[in-house]
Amino acid sequence: MAHLEQGHQPDHETYHGHAAPPHQAPLGMYFAVFAALMVLTVLTVWVSRIDLGALNTAVAMAIAIVKALVVILWFMHVIHSPRLTWIIVICSFLWLTVLFVLTFSDYLTRHWNMY
Amino acid sequence: MSDATLSHGAEHAAEPHEHAPHHPFLQHHFEDMGQQHEASTLGMWFFVAQEILFFGALFAAYFVYREMYPDAWKAGSHHQNWQIGAINTIVLIGSSLTMALAVWGAQGAKRKFTTLMLVLTLLLGGIFVGVKGYEYAEHIHEGLFPGANFTYVEKVPELTQGVQLFMIFYFTMTGLHALHMVIGAGLLLYFIRRTWRGDFGPEYYSPIEIMGLYWHFVDIVWIFLFPLLYLV
Repeated sequence: MAHLEQGHQPDHETYHGHAAPPHQAPLGMYFAVFAALMVLTVLTVWVSRIDLGALNTAVAMAIAIVKALVVILWFMHVIHSPRLTWIIVICSFLWLTVLFVLTFSDYLTRHWNMY
Repeated sequence: MSDATLSHGAEHAAEPHEHAPHHPFLQHHFEDMGQQHEASTLGMWFFVAQEILFFGALFAAYFVYREMYPDAWKAGSHHQNWQIGAINTIVLIGSSLTMALAVWGAQGAKRKFTTLMLVLTLLLGGIFVGVKGYEYAEHIHEGLFPGANFTYVEKVPELTQGVQLFMIFYFTMTGLHALHMVIGAGLLLYFIRRTWRGDFGPEYYSPIEIMGLYWHFVDIVWIFLFPLLYLV
């Protein structure tokens, strides 16, 4: 009997058969995420003022990707979402990568024949 | 015996309907609020996925032309006031925080708190678009609006046309971003009304959650636009 009861614990994979127990994250989490985003924004500005050559853009994009990940996982609640949502999120960035890789592999290599 | 068992089983299956009336916002093609919530958020993520590709194509084009005209991109970026851009970034991330808090409030049936957070989100979004309008006015005043009115001449005149191209990207990308903000503001007004009316609570907060997904997505676009347009 005891283990049957356990079957009624909130299940993040699917809510089927449950009256949708909302996953209410602690309030402090949202402020922590905001603070992290602020720190990363300051870091973006600070690092842009140091001359790293071609690396500047790479670093700026790396920070932006971290910021986007933080927003997606915690503000957009993907971290507590069902696997199906994860698949959509991951696929959307997979297609974006395809778009970037195919575009850049053409345009950014056009002048290679000059060397 | 078996008849009794069967009828007992049927009674049991019908139980939730007899004892717990449907939530007023449960649509008939969903089994329960949980399934409805899952379907709504998943559908919104499909929309966000195509928005990622929509803006993604613009970013790809941006990088292609930046590779072709790196010096013009640097010069064009110097026309942007990075302090204003940084302040607007803080304002927009702040609006994402209030939006996330609104979802939190809706989950906990805090009607007044949620309404307040949505109003703050709308306010911060309004400040963002207002500041953007000020920046646009400055650019137009300096003759940096692409087209017939582009009168700005760079110190290195050869860069001028490249800077105009940069400004095309600047106005297209920030313009589409601002358009998303304006649409979001309209949606916020609608949800402020519904929240105040008391539509949302722990059982039903999907619309606020979905509004949040849209708002946070628009925030993410700006997170990339800021370093690419202001800090080259």
